[in-house]
Amino acid sequence: MHQVLQTDGTLRAAAPLDVSTTRQLYAAMVAARTYDHKGTTLQKQGRLATYASFLGQEACQIGATGPLRPDDWLVATYRDAGAMWAQGYPWVNLFLGRTGDERGGAAPPDVNVLPPSITVGAHMIHAVGLAWAEQYRGTDRVALTMFGDGATSEGDFHEAMNFAGVFGVPVIFLCQNNHYAISTPRHRQTAAETLAAKADGYGMPGRQVDGNDLFAVYDAVAAAVADARAGGGPTFIEAVTYRLSPHTTADDPGRYRPAAEEEEWRARDPLDRVRRYLEANGEWSPAWQDELEQAAAADVDAAITAAEQLEPLGAAAVFDAVFAEPTPQLLRQRNRAATDE
Amino acid sequence: MAQALTAALGHALRSDRDVLILGEDVGTTGGVFRITDGLQTEFGPDRVIDTPVAESGIAGAAFGMAVAGLRPVAEIQFLGFAYPAYDQIVSHISRIRTRSQHRFTAPLVIRIPYGAGIGAAEHHSESTEAIFAHTPGVKVVVPSTPADAAGLLLTAIADPDPVIFLEPIRSYRRVRGEVADPPRPVAFGEAAVRRSGTDLTLVAYGAMVPDTMDAADDLAVAGIEAEVLDLRTLVPLDYDTLLDSANRTGRVVLVQEGHRTCGFAAELAATIQEEALYSLLAPVTRVTGWDTVVPLRRAEHHYVPSPERIAAAGRAVMEA
Ligand SMILES: Cc1ncc(C[n+]2csc(CCOP(=O)(O)OP(=O)(O)O)c2C)c(N)n1
Repeated sequence: MHQVLQTDGTLRAAAPLDVSTTRQLYAAMVAARTYDHKGTTLQKQGRLATYASFLGQEACQIGATGPLRPDDWLVATYRDAGAMWAQGYPWVNLFLGRTGDERGGAAPPDVNVLPPSITVGAHMIHAVGLAWAEQYRGTDRVALTMFGDGATSEGDFHEAMNFAGVFGVPVIFLCQNNHYAISTPRHRQTAAETLAAKADGYGMPGRQVDGNDLFAVYDAVAAAVADARAGGGPTFIEAVTYRLSPHTTADDPGRYRPAAEEEEWRARDPLDRVRRYLEANGEWSPAWQDELEQAAAADVDAAITAAEQLEPLGAAAVFDAVFAEPTPQLLRQRNRAATDE
Repeated sequence: MAQALTAALGHALRSDRDVLILGEDVGTTGGVFRITDGLQTEFGPDRVIDTPVAESGIAGAAFGMAVAGLRPVAEIQFLGFAYPAYDQIVSHISRIRTRSQHRFTAPLVIRIPYGAGIGAAEHHSESTEAIFAHTPGVKVVVPSTPADAAGLLLTAIADPDPVIFLEPIRSYRRVRGEVADPPRPVAFGEAAVRRSGTDLTLVAYGAMVPDTMDAADDLAVAGIEAEVLDLRTLVPLDYDTLLDSANRTGRVVLVQEGHRTCGFAAELAATIQEEALYSLLAPVTRVTGWDTVVPLRRAEHHYVPSPERIAAAGRAVMEA
C-alpha cells in the first residue's frame, strides 16, 4: 500500500506537494470537516433530510480533487460533498440538495461536476461517457469518478471498468474503501484480496493507497491524471480509509462494528497527520487553525442561510424541468395540479 | 423501412460531427438488422463504435457523452435486451434535467427494434413500450412508415431530450415507401390520419398500423368507414387529433401489440373517457396482446393482434 505521510506526520517518501500547496489543501480539509459537522448537526435539528457524513475520509476528498483542473469532470456520490466542493460545487448547492431541493443539482455553468449519484454504482459509467466525449473531441480533459467499496459489487462497475479499458478513455476510478457499505463489511463485497487487484481484469493499472494520507492520495491521482491526459487511458485507485461516522444520520454503527475499531481509526485521522507535518515544518499554529475554522464556519453558515431562504419550487416549476419544453401530457397535468391545489 | 433508417443515420452523421453511433455489432457487420450497414466504413470506428456486450454500459456511456454535449445514437439489439439498460434510463437518462434543473441534459437516442412477427427466439418479440411511456423524462417514438422512420429519427437526434426510438422489426423489410433524399424531419406530437372515416376511429402505432389499415379495408367492404390514426409518438402525445376523431366518430378501437394490463391503450382509453365521454356511442375497446409471455414462433399468432381481431372489434363497437 502506497503511503507517503505516516501517522506521526513524518515522511516516508518525498512529499508530492510544496508546503504552500499543502497548507491550501489542509485548509480545504478543515473546511470540508466543518461542513460535514454542520451537516450532521443540522440533520439532528430536522433542517436537512438524511445526511451522509464523510468524517475520516477528508484526505480522499481533498487529495483526489487536488490534481484536477477546474474544467475536468467529477462524478461522485452522496458521500463526496467535500470533493465536489473542492471542485467548485458551492456549499449552498450541497445544502439545497440535502434540504430536498432539486436546485442543488444545478452546478454553476463553469463547474463540470454532476449532481451526486444516489444510486450505488451506476454513475461510474457516466464518467466513462464524459471522458470518452472529451477524447473524441480531442480535448485533454479527464473525468474522475468516486465511489465506495460496496459500489464495486454492482454490475455497472464492471461495465464501466470494461468500457474504460477497451476504449482507453481518460477516466480515473477512485474507490474509497471505507470498510463498510452500510453494515456490510468489505470482505462480504468480494473475495478478492484487494479491490485494486480488480483493475488487472480490465487491463488497467490498479493501485492501493493509504486513503487517510493526503499525499498518497494526491500522488496516485496526480499520476493517473497525467497519464490519462497524455492518452494513457484509465487507472483504478483503491484508497483505504474508514468512515468514522455512521453510514448516514439514520444508521447505528454499534450494530455492526466494535467501538474499538473506530478508535483505532480515529488515531489515523487524516487531518491530524497533515497538521503534525505542517507543525513540524513550522507551518501550523493554533491561531491559524482557529482562523481556518472560523472562516469555514462563516462560509458554511452563509450557505445554509442562503439555501433556507430560497422559496421552495412552485408546482409549475416541477413540471417545467422534465423536458426542454413540457409535453402536452405535462401541460395538461400542470393545469390539473394548479386547479387541484 | 430499414433503408430509410440507414439513410437518416448517414445524413445525421454527415451533418453533425457531434453525432455518433454506439452499440453491439453496429460497426463491422452493420448491426443485426443491418440498419447501420456501411456507416463505419464511411465515418470510421470512432464515430460508429462497436461496444462490448453490455446494454447498461451502452446506455450509461451514451448518457455521459450526451451530458458532455455529443449526440449519441445508441442501438440495443432487441427490446428484450434493453432491460439491463432500463436502470440507466429510468434512474439517470430520464432524470438528469430535473435533477440538475436544466444545467445538464442528455440529448441521446436509444434505437431499439421491437415487436413480434419474425418468429425469433424468446426475448426477441417484446412490445413493452408502455414501460418507457410510463417513465417521466423520456420521449417515446414508434414509426410505422419509411418516411416517418427516417423523419422521426432525425427529429429524435436533434431533440434536446432523450428519446426511446422503437423500430418495428416486422416492418423493416415488409413496409415500403418513398423517402426524400435527404429525409425530411417529422415533428413529434403529431399523429397522422392514415385513413379518413366517419363511422369509427381505429388508433394504432408502429407495427400495428399496417394490420389496422388492413382491418379498415375489411370493414369498408362491409360498408363501415373507419378512420385510422397513427400516433407516431406516444410521448409527446397528440391529444387534439385523438380527441377530435373520437368526438366525431363516437366509437373508438385502440390497437396495441403490447401486453393488455397497463398498456398504452389503457392510457388512451382513460383519456378518451375523461375528455370525450359524452360523444361516445359505444364503449372504448382495446385490441391488444395478452398478459402472457409472447409465445414462440408456432403459437405467436395467438398473441399478436391480427387484422381479423381488429376488424371484429370494429364491427362490435358498430353494433354496440
Ligand atoms: C442501487 C442502490 N442499491 C442500494 C442503495 C442503498 N444504499 C445506499 S448507500 C449503500 C451502501 C454503499 O456502500 P459503498 O458503495 O461502500 O459506499 P459508502 O456508503 O460506504 O460510501 C446502499 C446499499 C442505493 N442507494 N442504490
